[in-house]
Amino acid sequence: MKANFVKVALGAGLLAATALAAPTAASAKTMVYCSEGSPEGFNPSLYTSGTTFDASSRQIYNRLVQFKRGTTTIVPGLATSWDVSADGTEYTFNLREGVKFHTTDDFTPTRDFNADDVIYTFMRQFDKEHPYHGVSGGSYEYFNAMSMPDLVKDIVKVDDYTVKFVLNRPEAPFIANMAMDFASVLSAEYADKMMEAGTPETVDLNPVGTGPFQRVQYQKDAVIRYKAFPEYWEGKAAIDNLIFAITPDSTVRYQKLKAGECHVMPYPNPADLTEMEADADINLLSQEGLNVGYLGYNTQKEPFTDPKVRKALNMAINKDAIIEGVYQGAGSAAKNPIPPTIWSYNNDTVDDPYDPEAAKAMLAEAGYPDGFTTDIWAMPVQRPYNPNARRMAELVQADWAAIGVNAEIVSYEWGEYLERTKKGEQGTFMLGWTGDNGDPDNFLAVLLGCDAVGGSNRAQWCNEEFDNLVQQAKTTSDVLERTRLYEEAQVVFKREAPWATIAHSIVFEPVRNEVVDYKIDPFGGHIFYGVDLAQ
Amino acid sequence: MLSFLLRRLGDVIPTFFGVTILVFLMVHLIPSDPIEMLAGERSVEPERYAELQKQYGFDKPLVVQYLNYLGGVLQGDLGKSYVTKRPVIEEFAVLFPATVELSLMGILFAISIGLPLGVIAAMKRGKWLDHLTMSLSLTGYSMPIFWWALLLIMFFSTTLGWTPVSGRLSVMYFFEPVTGFMLIDSLLSGQEGAFSSALSHLILPTIVLGTIPMAVIARMTRSSMLEVLGEEYIRVARAKGLAPMRVIMVHALRNALIPVITVIGLQVGVLFAGAILTETIFAWPGIGKWIVEALNRRDYPTIQGGILMIAFVVMAVNLFVDLMYGVINPRIRHKR
Repeated sequence: MKANFVKVALGAGLLAATALAAPTAASAKTMVYCSEGSPEGFNPSLYTSGTTFDASSRQIYNRLVQFKRGTTTIVPGLATSWDVSADGTEYTFNLREGVKFHTTDDFTPTRDFNADDVIYTFMRQFDKEHPYHGVSGGSYEYFNAMSMPDLVKDIVKVDDYTVKFVLNRPEAPFIANMAMDFASVLSAEYADKMMEAGTPETVDLNPVGTGPFQRVQYQKDAVIRYKAFPEYWEGKAAIDNLIFAITPDSTVRYQKLKAGECHVMPYPNPADLTEMEADADINLLSQEGLNVGYLGYNTQKEPFTDPKVRKALNMAINKDAIIEGVYQGAGSAAKNPIPPTIWSYNNDTVDDPYDPEAAKAMLAEAGYPDGFTTDIWAMPVQRPYNPNARRMAELVQADWAAIGVNAEIVSYEWGEYLERTKKGEQGTFMLGWTGDNGDPDNFLAVLLGCDAVGGSNRAQWCNEEFDNLVQQAKTTSDVLERTRLYEEAQVVFKREAPWATIAHSIVFEPVRNEVVDYKIDPFGGHIFYGVDLAQ
Repeated sequence: MLSFLLRRLGDVIPTFFGVTILVFLMVHLIPSDPIEMLAGERSVEPERYAELQKQYGFDKPLVVQYLNYLGGVLQGDLGKSYVTKRPVIEEFAVLFPATVELSLMGILFAISIGLPLGVIAAMKRGKWLDHLTMSLSLTGYSMPIFWWALLLIMFFSTTLGWTPVSGRLSVMYFFEPVTGFMLIDSLLSGQEGAFSSALSHLILPTIVLGTIPMAVIARMTRSSMLEVLGEEYIRVARAKGLAPMRVIMVHALRNALIPVITVIGLQVGVLFAGAILTETIFAWPGIGKWIVEALNRRDYPTIQGGILMIAFVVMAVNLFVDLMYGVINPRIRHKR
């Protein structure tokens, strides 16, 4: 017994001593990012999650056009310039010369990036007969979701450094789509080689890109290692190594950040924010997110067919209380369906005031002096645009009760929730959206367009005036004209009130003090090119 | 012994089929739609939806889906994950050693602390030492894993800086896994400090995972010992003037061990259940965390394959425990 005790004590002592001697994340120019989960894979065109994009497209690959870091502005990437034909249906990209691909254990490139790589990347997703189309499950959900199969007519290699996309109709947001993760350019030469070797799926597992970092090792659920690509066309990254230490629990991520085991962490627990702010070693960055959380009305169901009813309910909602109680202050009241960080945001619209008396009067005017009974659907999941839908539903329920509207809170499992709201079973429902490409179309047409009814337009709202404006804006590439049209569309939206716009949430990202020039990505990504570590 | 073995094996086969049916039905009867989940807020076009349904085989009747699945399982094919599109068995093989390593350490911790505690409590029955050890084990048993883990991390890792917060190895060490067991791989790597880093990463998760089994083993050992200590042959041994330690260790403990071994065998299930939370908190790349994630994403093949493999392991361990009884106690293997 005694011997046992001594052994345990000795063991504990020894381990404690070795732990002290263990190296920490502070070694030279190695950046450790405590990521929230494992990527689904390393070919961004096959997947849709931000976790996957962080691990793949945002470090390993480039796109023809890209978003300037920390903004939604589109800048040249692998294309140095592009021309749009007068009728808006042809996009010609002039490609950058001298761009190198990574060299890995599986592959040593013999040539620079050229038009063949662009053709391979997009034809694989577009052409169902392409030899690579069915590889690795062959589902290209983002390519589909952005309506690319309908939109694209043909992709033509003009010469080695010129590629032309021919569209079926003019579509201004197309250029923004090309900056999205699914449009990351892969190596055609690598793909050919792996096809020859009979292991085509290797292309998606062991990535070869043109980006600032190349992957060195991946251990599922544990770690991803990258090293800076010395021949990167924009110049070698300031840091030498990048490590993703996969840490799913947000409290544990914070403990790791405090202990110096990582430099940057995503998605902090709201309850920890105050402590983070007070921590002298941590710099808490924040930025308004590219998102909107809303409460939608099923506009094809009585009594929500009447805009007056919707307006009345909007006026009964105390947004300030929601921002305090649900977002814990980390949000700003939303008046438009797009966040203020997106161009064409109409600052002149006036939000429905919080005025229960006026709400009651308007409800009476609409023929419901005694109110009515309805439901509020609350999402079962937490999202940046709505951190606690259940709590929000309770607050709205209380607000509506004050004007005589009795609402029952309903919730379903997430897949079920999405399916049923799509079919329009709900009276009112909560949801939100995070922008994909920074184009207003990505909010207004996707969520409120007539085409999207029965799909992502879960308010089932089809307003001719609104839809005309949004469709018109799609077909012109003149940004000033588009801005005017979208601003007008927002006025119609406010007047018709298919949603109660609740809030745009604020994104927080704590980084250690030694991290230099880290920028929050409006699309929710985590980008390490351009970031440095102070010694 | 052989017929005993065959008898036990015969029991395992129907259980295995039962598990496949149960798991399959459980997963498919959850009101959910993996395709909708995959699309999220964005929603899929009806044509695309139909295409995906076909791709995943959801367009076929449930019975046909089950038979296809069973056919695959019998050939060692657990299907491909909807999320990563990789074969489930491959992912399982990568992650399983991490769970085994942690579970082995957990059970080792539980036995090496729980057994002596139980013996001490029985020897000092009714005294303060008994009360102390039993209240300790009750506390351990009732401790919510999540809270216990965070408490340990905050104290030992963040405040004292003695142990790493999470993971299996400091990110500064870099080598390709050979066996998947970090203690062994770190030794094989030959990198200085890698082994102690791996060991130090094991301390907190081991304690967290081992706490509940430790408490169960301590209580079981105590009650089993008390029962045996009241037996006549113990009184005879004492009357013969044998050394008290010899009576306890040789005469009492050995006989008290049978129920304790049963409990240890049953703890394997508890360990896997505990591993789900422990792995999530400590970012331990094992199967517990993997299955939770698959559940959240309705990744049917991964959930089914993962649970099936765990069931298989638990059955194998219990079979082993059963065989162990046979070895320890001849009366069991000669029954019937």
